[in-house]
Amino acid sequence: MSDVNFDRRALLAASGVFALVGFAGLRVPARAAGLAATPSMRGGANNYLPGAPIVARIGGGGFVMSGTVRRAGDGAPLPGERIQIWAHTTEGSERDERSHGATLTDENGAFRLEMPQIIPALGQAHAHLAYDGGEYDTVFLRPLLPSPKVTRLEAHFILQSA
Amino acid sequence: MGMVAALLIWTGLVLATLLPLTFAATSEYLAWRDPIYITAGLAGVVALCLLLVQPLLARGWLPGLRLLSGRVVHRIVGVFLVAAVVIHVGGLWITSPPDIIDALLLRSPTPFSIWGVIAMWALFAAALLSLLGRRLSPRIWRLGHTSLVSIVVLGSAIHAILIEGTMNTTSKAVLCGLTVTATVAAVARSWLRARSRASGKE
Repeated sequence: MSDVNFDRRALLAASGVFALVGFAGLRVPARAAGLAATPSMRGGANNYLPGAPIVARIGGGGFVMSGTVRRAGDGAPLPGERIQIWAHTTEGSERDERSHGATLTDENGAFRLEMPQIIPALGQAHAHLAYDGGEYDTVFLRPLLPSPKVTRLEAHFILQSA
Repeated sequence: MGMVAALLIWTGLVLATLLPLTFAATSEYLAWRDPIYITAGLAGVVALCLLLVQPLLARGWLPGLRLLSGRVVHRIVGVFLVAAVVIHVGGLWITSPPDIIDALLLRSPTPFSIWGVIAMWALFAAALLSLLGRRLSPRIWRLGHTSLVSIVVLGSAIHAILIEGTMNTTSKAVLCGLTVTATVAAVARSWLRARSRASGKE
């Protein structure tokens, strides 16, 4: 019986050390580098058309794409940044020019653009967003809809100075 | 085999393939796809249905198709299967080239595409092996064919299940389950017969 107790104590001690090291590992780089930049997602740049026009909304709207743009390190909101958005929707495929549009972030670094309802394409319901302003490193995002039925989606950018 | 059993088997097969095809062909998503995309998607569903038929034909388990004529039909269906997969991948390539290039280069963000690509190459390899057929020893041929088609069936089933598309979830799961079961049974039967034949010789 004492063997079992010893094993359990050793296990508890080991997992305690493991947890401490784990938390320390998470905290230290965060303190050193500040807010880390958002990496581009795989496939994020697919069917990208450079220079999509700034629009009040894409097509008839109905689906709300929103998010924020902040600076890596201190996390300061970035106003006036241009975010391009495209997806396969009820009004066209990703490759159609009319499925593409852009919007600017407000003084709080937030953006919001209405677009037609996104529907699953090539196996997943997803959107594409791009920051390619030049002042910061280009980032392409490809967020997934939690369900094809949802009518809003958020995506957030943290940009690294180029 | 009795008429009733034969009728039940054929009815089951027709239902298991026709229901998923009908659901996919009437999906609401089709309204927002162009004809090439629709054709590509349906070719994938057809390929999945043919995968269920293949082990049944190969083992002569379909009433009315004895082992020999079943094998002939198995080869013809195999040609259609390769054609369906070529139409599936080609049509999707035309629909969205970067997504298919990512999939073929195994760098796609979608988890299902790697399974589809594995199944596609295994199918092409199985088709090539069939062309070599007679030049190989029966043992090597059987081992090669059963291994490759097992990869095709497993890869295709996972590929289909993970996709959010035109197929109805339940009929898709039933079709995949039946296809995997039929393939496992056919491969196991082939191995058992080969083993009993080998031990009979000793």
